[in-house]
Amino acid sequence: MSKEKQGILGWVDERLPVVEFWEAHLSKYYAPRNFNFWYFFGSLALLILVMQILTGIFLTMHYKPDAELAFASVEYIMRDVNWGWLIRYMHSTGASAFFVVVYMHMLRGLMYGSFKQPRELIWLFGVLIYVCLMAEAFMGYLLPWGQMSYWGAQVIVNLFGTIPVIGDQLALFIRGDYVVSDATLNRFFALHVIAVPIVLLGLVVAHIAALHTVGSNNPDGVEIKKNKGADGIPLDGIPFHPYYTVKDIVGVVVFLFLFSIVVFYFPEMNGYFLEHANFEPANPLATPEHIAPVWYFTPFYTVLRAIPNPFGGVVAMGAAVMILFFLPWIDKNKVKSIRYRSVLYKVNLAVFLVAFVWLGYLGMQGVTPMRSEMALRMSELYFLFFVVLGVYSTNRSAFYYIKWFVIIIGIISAYDVYRSNAEIAALVWQTWLVPVAFLVVALLGAAFTNLDQDKTVPERVTE
Amino acid sequence: MKLLSRLIVSAIVLSASTSFAAGGNGPAFHVNIDMDNRASLQRGATLFVNRCLSCHSAEFSRYNRVADDLGIPQAVMEENMIFTGRKFGQTMTVAMTTENATEWFGAPPPDLSVKARARGADWIYSFLKGYYVSEDSPRGVDNLMLPGTAMPHVLWDLQGYQALKAIDHQDEHADSGHFATPASPFELVQEGKMTAVEYDRAMTDLVNYLVYMAEPAQLKRKSVGVGVLFFLAAFGVIAYFLKKEYWKDIH
Amino acid sequence: MTKHVVDTSRRKMLTTSASVVGAVGAAVTLWPFVSTMGPSARALAAGAPVEIDVSKLEPGQKIQVEWRRKPVWIIRRSDDMIASLDATEDRLRDPDSTAPEMQPAFAQNKTRSLKPEFLVLVGICTHLGCSPTFRPEIAPEDMGPDWVGGFYCPCHGSRFDLSGRVYKNVPANNNLEVPPHQYLSDKVLLIGVNAEEGAA
Repeated sequence: MSKEKQGILGWVDERLPVVEFWEAHLSKYYAPRNFNFWYFFGSLALLILVMQILTGIFLTMHYKPDAELAFASVEYIMRDVNWGWLIRYMHSTGASAFFVVVYMHMLRGLMYGSFKQPRELIWLFGVLIYVCLMAEAFMGYLLPWGQMSYWGAQVIVNLFGTIPVIGDQLALFIRGDYVVSDATLNRFFALHVIAVPIVLLGLVVAHIAALHTVGSNNPDGVEIKKNKGADGIPLDGIPFHPYYTVKDIVGVVVFLFLFSIVVFYFPEMNGYFLEHANFEPANPLATPEHIAPVWYFTPFYTVLRAIPNPFGGVVAMGAAVMILFFLPWIDKNKVKSIRYRSVLYKVNLAVFLVAFVWLGYLGMQGVTPMRSEMALRMSELYFLFFVVLGVYSTNRSAFYYIKWFVIIIGIISAYDVYRSNAEIAALVWQTWLVPVAFLVVALLGAAFTNLDQDKTVPERVTE
Repeated sequence: MKLLSRLIVSAIVLSASTSFAAGGNGPAFHVNIDMDNRASLQRGATLFVNRCLSCHSAEFSRYNRVADDLGIPQAVMEENMIFTGRKFGQTMTVAMTTENATEWFGAPPPDLSVKARARGADWIYSFLKGYYVSEDSPRGVDNLMLPGTAMPHVLWDLQGYQALKAIDHQDEHADSGHFATPASPFELVQEGKMTAVEYDRAMTDLVNYLVYMAEPAQLKRKSVGVGVLFFLAAFGVIAYFLKKEYWKDIH
Repeated sequence: MTKHVVDTSRRKMLTTSASVVGAVGAAVTLWPFVSTMGPSARALAAGAPVEIDVSKLEPGQKIQVEWRRKPVWIIRRSDDMIASLDATEDRLRDPDSTAPEMQPAFAQNKTRSLKPEFLVLVGICTHLGCSPTFRPEIAPEDMGPDWVGGFYCPCHGSRFDLSGRVYKNVPANNNLEVPPHQYLSDKVLLIGVNAEEGAA
């Protein structure tokens, strides 16, 4: 395929197909010409992964994974190790930055239908990466052995204890002890430093390999491989190198600029990136007043708390994450990009985003009756997003929409009747209007207007 | 950029009212922290080693680091600020043993190295100003920020003694977590060596020092940040023009 | 793609400047990472100079202190011990201490010290790092009739005289190391810093 190369490159290429690789994945990998802002986040995620590994290695040179020594070793890094404070802040900020970037990256996938056929496998690898990332962040957060580290881990591992039959044994097995202790710290260290990073790297390779097999999506959701020139190159495609390498460099610089502002001026981010309570050494005898997970977990934490039954909460929280795996088979609408979807589709997505952010906000607050109610309602909206996506997969009759309206309202109301009591009844029926209002717009709106009509998708990409 | 960053921070602060406090009240008083005020930091350091280090350790803080950051010559520090037999390069450990501490106070006084990051400057400032006479309490004093604290009013000789004013609506102020209105909940019943203003100034110095000690790197990180941001801006300009040049092919 | 004339020189200039500036940035970023591997403040504190009061030392007595995790000996030599240093000269590999890395400049003499009375040595054999024994006795049975006092390393048999100078025909090649040191007063030694210098 490639012509004879001279010199060292030739020597290597005879033994390892480096030139072929370079061409297949960079200089002759044709990506759509119309990538926009939302397409920066994949390469940024890769950058952050590399950065976390690098900073992590240098932190591991000084950190001590022992319950007696861990907290002190982090302060040792912050004070006594030359430039240790910078490595530490890069790592802690990097963790939060990772989630910002990954959420934006996932949102891009949602908006442009990048999870749809033929890209389902890319999406599946991506959700697996997301789950591994959550595990990695959770285990990493135990390592400083502060109050929030300890109690956050205690709460979450206890969740596994709620699983019927095997729960207690499972929690004991995870902890290696009857409470979170030195045994837990040591194994979380091993998993955080070696096991999960290796798995993450493997998944990222698979994710990119799967992408390069089918080719990238784009903001118009148009398949560029459908229109090729005489030379077999997509008419709307441009080689990734040099065009997107050069563009991604600009993206990286802008990201690093914002990242540096945080690292050098707001490393704690008012307690969101480095929680204040975590500057108290872990004390198994003193529980903090508010045990809040780090901000990127709060939406799922709210879903967990929204169901009073402990195991029910665990199931709901798990479902909130697992449902992402099924997305390619829930939304089968042939129109990929939000640009050509119906008005009501956009409303559905907007409500989902509001609900997700609101769930996140609630996860940081203490519990009050009104907040509990809103937590449940926002969780309902979260799941309803997927239901409505499924309903919008094809154009149906008004009857179909109305049928689903009745069924869903019925289920929600039944649960409300089941859980209601004298104290919360007023709140329950007031907030009942939240999912109802949403479904009126999303389903009855679809039945009685033509706001559910998608637009025509062009043949070629638009700039 | 500063306005923007202030706006961002205040948006975040307003959007989530997480408080520092774990028990007790929200901070009653507000202190203005100034890391650039070297004289204040030095005065605070002196207060700290003289009045706090006999019971509280600061086991992550090194004497020579403090000397270096605050511009205190080694000889000056060794003569005036190191009482526990520690060497200049060693950490600020406490003279009191854990056994004695537990016997005398019920629990060893906590290490103060990172206390300012855990509790916040306002809380510590309010704590230091928050002692008042109380007949119910075994030591005769209680503290507004940490009711029932085992810590005596160590700085009584400087501040004197206060009593809670017998006003009903003072409770609203204490519970709401807002900063106290200029009218303090206290009134002085016994004078100390310092006036109220002098004491406030001394406590500001001490809290200033504690905030520094919680993160010594902060004196350096902002200036390093300036260099990094400048570099990135410059590199960004070049990268941008490079991108534009290549993308002429496409547009 | 719209075709237009590519200004290759501009491209080259921009690519080169981006590469150069980027490389500089990468190097500057890498520097803090590398420097985290250097000695931390804790390591430097542990390696700080050690002060000893030698006023109570008897002639012929040796004490040991720790400096940078190494054993450092201070021996108070009697007059006989100092006199015996002449007797060994022809049996030594480096009697004039010509190897500069084994002692500070002021110790390049017969007594290898500032004051003839006090010898300061790092108690690590210069062969493979064992700690030699102190053998001040004259001609003990196991050392042979020519032994006038010195140090003997049991691991491989290296011998050193009462100034720490290495004998010929033994495994060790260098004299025992004299660490940087100075006298803060007549009887107070500071190990780790030479006079008129920063810390070693």
